[in-house]
Amino acid sequence: IQGYFILEDLPMDMPPEVPKEDGRPKWDNKFQYILSCIGFAVGLGNVWRFPYLCQIHGGGAFLIPYFIALIFEGIPLLHLELALGQCLRKGSINAWHTISPYLGGVGVASLMVSVLVSLYYNTILTWVMWYFINSFQEPLPWSVCPLNENRTGLNEECYESTAVNYFWYRKTLNITPDVTDSGTLQWWLVLCLAACWAIVYLCTIRGIETTGKAIYVTAIFPYLVLTIFLIHGLSLPGATEGLVYLFTPNLNILKNPRVWLDAATQIFFSLSLAFGGLIAFSSYNPSKNDCEKDAVTVAIVNSITSLYASIPVFSVLGFKAITGYWDCLDRNIISVINEYDLPEQSITRQNYTDWITFLNSSNPEKLTGLKLKSCDLQEFLDQSVSGSGLAFIVFTQAIILMPGSQAWAILFFVMLFSLGLSSMFGNIEGVFTPLLELQVISKSIPKELLSGIICLASFFFALCFTLGSGSYWIDIFDSYAGSLPLLVIAFFEVIGVVYVYKIKRFSKDVKWMTGRKLNLYWQITWRFISPLLLLIVFVAFVTLQIQKTPTYAAWNPKYVCFLIFAILNRSEGCMFFSPTKSFKITALQSCITNTRDGNIFKGSRETLLLSTMTGKEAVAR
Amino acid sequence: MIFHLPLQYAWDANEEYLFKAMMAFAMRRYSSKSTTQISNVLLCNVTDRVSFWFVVTDSSKNTTTVPGSEVEAAIRMNRNRINSAFLLSDKTLQFLKISTTLSPPVEPSTPVWLIVFGVVLSLIVAGIVFLVVSGIRKHKKKNKESTERENLEEKGEVTITIENGIPCETLDLKAGHVNGVFAADDERFTSL
Repeated sequence: IQGYFILEDLPMDMPPEVPKEDGRPKWDNKFQYILSCIGFAVGLGNVWRFPYLCQIHGGGAFLIPYFIALIFEGIPLLHLELALGQCLRKGSINAWHTISPYLGGVGVASLMVSVLVSLYYNTILTWVMWYFINSFQEPLPWSVCPLNENRTGLNEECYESTAVNYFWYRKTLNITPDVTDSGTLQWWLVLCLAACWAIVYLCTIRGIETTGKAIYVTAIFPYLVLTIFLIHGLSLPGATEGLVYLFTPNLNILKNPRVWLDAATQIFFSLSLAFGGLIAFSSYNPSKNDCEKDAVTVAIVNSITSLYASIPVFSVLGFKAITGYWDCLDRNIISVINEYDLPEQSITRQNYTDWITFLNSSNPEKLTGLKLKSCDLQEFLDQSVSGSGLAFIVFTQAIILMPGSQAWAILFFVMLFSLGLSSMFGNIEGVFTPLLELQVISKSIPKELLSGIICLASFFFALCFTLGSGSYWIDIFDSYAGSLPLLVIAFFEVIGVVYVYKIKRFSKDVKWMTGRKLNLYWQITWRFISPLLLLIVFVAFVTLQIQKTPTYAAWNPKYVCFLIFAILNRSEGCMFFSPTKSFKITALQSCITNTRDGNIFKGSRETLLLSTMTGKEAVAR
Repeated sequence: MIFHLPLQYAWDANEEYLFKAMMAFAMRRYSSKSTTQISNVLLCNVTDRVSFWFVVTDSSKNTTTVPGSEVEAAIRMNRNRINSAFLLSDKTLQFLKISTTLSPPVEPSTPVWLIVFGVVLSLIVAGIVFLVVSGIRKHKKKNKESTERENLEEKGEVTITIENGIPCETLDLKAGHVNGVFAADDERFTSL
């Protein structure tokens, strides 16, 4: 009986070694745990935020600040959270309370952020689900404009923009012209929201017992689909142009501090730090688990997934650009042939420029009278979009152009749904675990009821996002709930563990868990580099936010040119989305010429609207 | 009239004859009088793109042309037939000044998405019900087991070593604590 355990190996000041059977749920196996962490980290942002950043920040050159941020900020913070959860074996509120009673607020803050982010993140999944169930229709509903009332022509709002835009802004969101105009609840979105929360409830009903089973599907399936899209995307015409455009490094970009800031924030939000979900996941681990290796694994897999996902995304974007370019050329060719009564097929895409120069030299007035649009492939490629605009407008437009578009649409939206769902598991776990451990709750309520209450309450709160102005609200939440608070929480996490709990104590704990001493890299990053980086990022973030008045882009169904002028004149802040300064001039020019069927015009308008409108930071996860 | 895309066949006098026949057919169907002949349709200015002008004359009124609006209406009514006769579509066979009347889209009685949604939702609800019911059953079973165990304990037939109702393994064993009674006894016996 004596010598049941050896005292001197215990972490100091820790409660005595709790025996294995303490009733705390645990993972079925290590793979489930790693997969859950990876699923939490790999989210929608890996698909629609990272490729966009690569594109606008000098292509391959962006990888340099990205990997530097990963090494000095991402991996250390991730290791810190995983080690903390595993060591203390508690959810975020109790864990931080154990570290120091004065730091209990950090846990509560994590809980609040997880709640707020879950609310709007699941609404994004609602949109994905809506598009998914609409993908079973032939032809795809976003490929054609509906007719107007008396069937003499196409619906005007749809005709002025594009069918894809119309389906997104009118048929899906039924968006109001501005945020003060709330509109009504859109019943189709309410139905989809109910379904989404029902799915979340189904998967998280008993905590990690059920999410652990579900994660096998939701975490692995996206990789399969990404591979399928990769193979298909690379076979599409224009894929090489898109990829070259994405990865061509422009090393001058490194002089711009904005790039470094974006890299740091992207890493931070992409790894889903400071939500409390990672602490919850690792708290279900056995104590003697190598959290150091886990942290490095998860971080590297997350970054590789981002890179891997950007290849099919940009192949498809290149395909879309070249198709747009060919359409532009074809339209010009038709008008020239009509005007000059030339035989069919005399002008092809290849000899188009020769013909134009020839015709221009013989009779310039006639040619200018035709008002041909200049078709520039670079311009099409320059249309950079991130966030939900990428998925719901640009990608859906590209999918229409592929043969077998229904299958591709279904695959794409199921992939997005799985990506988002596995991140939702982490968010909900960050809410569920701390609540379950509160003394008030754990005795009286079974787990199924608690998760049911959480999902039901979240459903009712999230109904506000299904209003006409809902997507504006989501933009607000994304910009302000899911960005700055996380930086603050993470900063206090590092300071709390390193300087309040004392790093010597923590090193002993980690050594006990992993069996190895903390090497110099962890010591330096935890003590100095990570807190310093977080502080710099925080200050830079706040400075940037202060400099501009908050703006948002709105969809005005009536005026087209007016909208662009309004945004451009209102604040320079909108310009930070534009890859180059000349974007402003191009947009004005396109607006003035007002070619109704011009893709570029619509493209500029879409880009401006969608880049400013959709998620910047937290949708980076 | 203009053909946009290359025809699958060569355009020759026979095709022109077919076109005249289609126009006559269209006029007959529209005006319901069977007097329009192929000879009433005149083509001119045929170009290589295959585009040309045409007029329809009215033989009963001594070679005056039928007004354009009538011809337009006739073509509009029979657009499908004309298109299919030439294996073309509205986009490839273009009549200038006649915009296509758009056919109403085919819409099923229940939108497709509702059906899919119903399927998805019923699967989810079935899953939830299954999990909740199995959870309740497990809970009941656990309760039953622990009440059974209590009954057995009362009967004194428990074979698990129990100390005050707690199985030994979970006793909080600190590394040995001295039992005062034994120490006192030892002292008594080693007085010599």
